Amino acid sequence: MGEPYLLDVKHLTKIYPTGIIGRKHIVAVDDVSFNLPGDKSIITALAGESGSGKTTIAKIVLGLLKPTSGEVLYKGKNIFKMSKKEFFNYRKEVQAIFQDPYGTYNPFYKVNRILELPIKKFGLASSKSEVKKMIAESLMTVGLSPEEVLGKYPHELSGGQRQRIMLARVFLLKPRLIIADEPVSMLDASLRAEVLDVFQKFRAEFGISSLYITHDLSVAYYLSDNILILYRGKVVEMGDIDAVVKTPAHPYTQALIKSIPIPNPEKRWRERLKLDLESFRLTEVRSGCAFYDRCPKAMEVCAKNKPEMVEIEKNHYVSCHLYT
Amino acid sequence: MTEHPLLEVKGLKVYYRTPIGTVKAVDDVEFTVKRNEIFGIAGESGCGKSTLATALLRLNKPPCYIVSGKILFDGVNLLDLDEEELRRVRWKDLSIIPQASMNALNPCMRIGDQIIDAITAHENTTKEEAKERVRDLLRSVGLSEDVARMYPHELSGGMKQRAIIAMSIALKPKLLIADEPTTALDVNVQRVVLQTLVDVKQMMGASLMIITHNMAVLAEVVDRLAIMYAGKIVEIGDVYDLFKDPLHPYSKGLISALPSIEKKKRIRGIPGYPPNLLDPPTGCRFYPRCPLRKKLKKSDKDKCKLEEPTLREVEPGRLVACHFAHAGA
Repeated sequence: MGEPYLLDVKHLTKIYPTGIIGRKHIVAVDDVSFNLPGDKSIITALAGESGSGKTTIAKIVLGLLKPTSGEVLYKGKNIFKMSKKEFFNYRKEVQAIFQDPYGTYNPFYKVNRILELPIKKFGLASSKSEVKKMIAESLMTVGLSPEEVLGKYPHELSGGQRQRIMLARVFLLKPRLIIADEPVSMLDASLRAEVLDVFQKFRAEFGISSLYITHDLSVAYYLSDNILILYRGKVVEMGDIDAVVKTPAHPYTQALIKSIPIPNPEKRWRERLKLDLESFRLTEVRSGCAFYDRCPKAMEVCAKNKPEMVEIEKNHYVSCHLYT
Repeated sequence: MTEHPLLEVKGLKVYYRTPIGTVKAVDDVEFTVKRNEIFGIAGESGCGKSTLATALLRLNKPPCYIVSGKILFDGVNLLDLDEEELRRVRWKDLSIIPQASMNALNPCMRIGDQIIDAITAHENTTKEEAKERVRDLLRSVGLSEDVARMYPHELSGGMKQRAIIAMSIALKPKLLIADEPTTALDVNVQRVVLQTLVDVKQMMGASLMIITHNMAVLAEVVDRLAIMYAGKIVEIGDVYDLFKDPLHPYSKGLISALPSIEKKKRIRGIPGYPPNLLDPPTGCRFYPRCPLRKKLKKSDKDKCKLEEPTLREVEPGRLVACHFAHAGA
């Protein structure tokens, strides 16, 4: 283990107090561990339905939220114990892309400003002509021509263009890691491909890894190398994307994969889905498996003990009593 | 008179009159919905699909106006009816589930009472009878009878959407229109809601129209579909044919832009973006983004630029609005 992990998330837990004077708790993230390798660049998808804790994990990794317990190590250093200077550097090397390409802009300023600010903030250029050159370069990297977008106001651009400008801004800083929270979910299908291509280009040509958060498994399958499936704040299954999508092991992942609509009428759903959706409860911390009350294969042990994460094949982990 | 198709829309134009000009949101749209079928309308944001849905029941509000056209429902032009006649058609014959309507449930009223309201507004029934019907309705969408006594905040998103479906079919409509019925729902719940829609359609022997941007959802459930682009229908056809062999270059682009867990293939987007409907280009509205145009001769290019293509039947049941799309091409 010469190279430390680029990102190493260990036993991350986040509990939000709710109710009157915080007597109830919502466990948004429950003992989540995963890592991204330091010696190669990969795209890891963090997938789960609404309320599964994906955005909370993103916020913690970005340092915007403090975890209740657990740690986030970046190149071996805990990000919550970094010195100011180290954290400044962390903020340069780890960049965020958010869901709403319409809401991230200040409508009063031209888009040039959003590209110039990070250059100023991190002192990346020494002259005006260098700033110009850097911006032009990064816009071209994300497939935009500078003449097409510079000098325009955000409302004059399409959603796909706006999201690609955010990627150009990220690219200016030459980050090691991008945390992207549903970056294409608000874009039309015909505009998504171009944005997704940028992530792949970043990884292949510039060695930038991504943590790609999404609820859309079709997009995750298209884009990523690894995937983590979250359910109510817990990782239920993770590993190589092909293994998880093609041979899902956890009953939850199996149900999820079966319910994804496929854009091919020849491959329609044949049998009916029978999932007990009514028993959905969000709050309490229980002793057993989080999927117990909806699981078609639930056993006695599932109610009592939390399942451990086991490796069922190389780079394919599952947290389910069926495999222990 | 069963010769009529259930719904026949002819030359429908729905415009928004704004201070800076007229937005031609739905421009000369024509299609039919047959009895007992599931018809889908696909299109990306801003293509006019929701405007079309609201206009079908004349629920559009100023500055949105129906400029011309015909909406023949069971042979009767809805545009000729007065408000009272129209009120009787709505919900009873033609029912709509508007976009995000599950968030429009009255938070202070029990679900059952809200459904009873809908029934008693249209029919002379006693409260007891209505209550009995509410129980049946909830069961038919797969909810327990207890939901009638619950308030909206006690239900999950999928349950709310099914309660809305129960409400929309309370008067056994002949056509149910659902605008983005599964957007914002998780995939498992999405599947259950789609199953429910198909079930109630079968049970009532009605027709169902699903309007969505999600092509994969349409591929799963509809019989025929229309694809809209910039206020116009560019292609109509049987769902199997259309997905296997899309004829219009926009349909082709849209289908090849969809990632799928079926197999890993490279997806390609459509360069450019949709035109501003305040000032759409003359001729074909897709021409500025059309991938075919590089292959065309100069005279053909001029045709695309100047002459608006109309929907024409290229095969039985297959309509396409493109000068250069052919069956089998």
